[in-house]
Amino acid sequence: MTPATPDTPAIPDTPATPAPPELAERAGRPPGRRSGIPPALWVPAAAGLAFLVLPLAALLVRAPWGQLPDQLRSQTVLAALRLSVVSASLATAGCLLAGVPLAWVLARSAVPGVRVLRALVTVPLVLPPVVGGVALLLALGRRGVLGRYLDSWFGVTLPFSPAAVVLAEAFVAMPFLVIAVEGALRGVDRRFEEAAATLGASRWTVFRRVTLPLVAPGVVAGAVLCWTRALGEFGATITFAGNYPGRTQTVPIAVYLALETDPAGAQTLSLVLIAVSVAVLVALRGRWVGGLAP
Amino acid sequence: MRARALAAALAAGLAGALAGCGSADPTPSAQAGSAGVTGDLTVFAAASLTEAFGTIGRQFEAAHPGTHVTFSFGASSDLATQITQGAPADVFASAAPAPMEKVTGAGEASGPQTFASNELEIAVLPGNPAHVGSLADLARPGVKLALCAEQVPCGAAAVKLLTAVGVTAHPVTLEKDVKAALSKVQLGEVDAALVYRTDVKAAAGKVDGVQIPEAGKAVNRYPIVALAHARNAAAARAFVEYVLSADGQRVLADAGFASP
Repeated sequence: MTPATPDTPAIPDTPATPAPPELAERAGRPPGRRSGIPPALWVPAAAGLAFLVLPLAALLVRAPWGQLPDQLRSQTVLAALRLSVVSASLATAGCLLAGVPLAWVLARSAVPGVRVLRALVTVPLVLPPVVGGVALLLALGRRGVLGRYLDSWFGVTLPFSPAAVVLAEAFVAMPFLVIAVEGALRGVDRRFEEAAATLGASRWTVFRRVTLPLVAPGVVAGAVLCWTRALGEFGATITFAGNYPGRTQTVPIAVYLALETDPAGAQTLSLVLIAVSVAVLVALRGRWVGGLAP
Repeated sequence: MRARALAAALAAGLAGALAGCGSADPTPSAQAGSAGVTGDLTVFAAASLTEAFGTIGRQFEAAHPGTHVTFSFGASSDLATQITQGAPADVFASAAPAPMEKVTGAGEASGPQTFASNELEIAVLPGNPAHVGSLADLARPGVKLALCAEQVPCGAAAVKLLTAVGVTAHPVTLEKDVKAALSKVQLGEVDAALVYRTDVKAAAGKVDGVQIPEAGKAVNRYPIVALAHARNAAAARAFVEYVLSADGQRVLADAGFASP
């Protein structure tokens, strides 16, 4: 317990304290330049924004809005939407349960191999999702490294089930949560934790009552990223969970298949997914994420 | 990009093999093809044509020195969408008439010709551990079945065939194209999949095939066309001619396709 404490608090301390006076010194300039954004940055920033917004705008402009009510009444669409929202939420819950502790280990552990662990955690980020799906089949499929025992011992086969949708989404989305939470943990001023420990709080109490509340904004931001990534997941899901309406067909898969024969239907379905994700994000932002925005 | 590199590598390998055998096979068609056919050619073709067109492409390049054929294989309906959205293709070969109609209907091509036909076959795990012997067995409880989604030609054919014989199957998954359905058998995740006869042949050793006596009730006809906006129109026409020629038809027959 004690050997870690003497040298670690210095790390968050050094960058945090000298910065404010330096900034205050430079702020003594003419007030018009207060925002401090060099004009040269506005052009690439505008280009970046246009690049991100233009495809969405095109989707909105070209969308056959008249089809929207019919789509929203279709049983297949509603089933896909329900499955998407439920499985993304379950995947996020699972990622929170396992991902926050994992982020804690990555941020705080002094184990020599921790850099390798961090690299491993980010592998799903660089892996093409379809490859992730194949990897999941090879691990958890009926003939998979672990999956064969699930099948022969418990009679459980994961592929083509709603559980497989949740697993595929969690596999792809968890790194987003872990990275966000790990960043938040590294930014925490550890003196609060030490003070709590000095006052007699157990390590578990410190984690629960001091550390977690301090990193809560990071956890919420990570969970939102995780949820949105899970909601939009396609490649790993269609590979590991397949596609069956009402069971494993999420909205992105329904969009992909509709694109084959009914591009207009695919566009309206995309709108439905965008509307749902934006609505959830806005609702969350009002309630939970508000503290994140400046 | 990757397909091109792969094709180039395969072409190099084949060239070596041909030189070794001293085969005179590609020469007759060189005379059949028009002079001045050269340059890059991009062919969009149904996923089920992957093996056969790979061979035809290499033979075409050998018959027309200076040409380089690049393939984009995928679900026909997907490729048709890409073409109508302006994808730079010279030739389109579809696994069914419907995607071709989408392309011709958009004014991207006219006068497609049927060059092959294909029938469905049941792909099963090696040794057929689930004892699938007929279409009716696909509906048996405990048999995990993969079909193609109805939106793609192999799925439409599967629905047509199952309806024609009165079998109500309960697939665990509706895959996005025929190769995806086949790969689910190869990985052992399903016991059976309804795929094309040619796919079973291409995956020989990794899957076994169960012939379907009623397969004639859902025959897929493959149309091919040189596209109106082809950047290399001469090579596009020559490629279509080559596919329809005796040489091209021989390769297709070897791959398990029936004549049109």
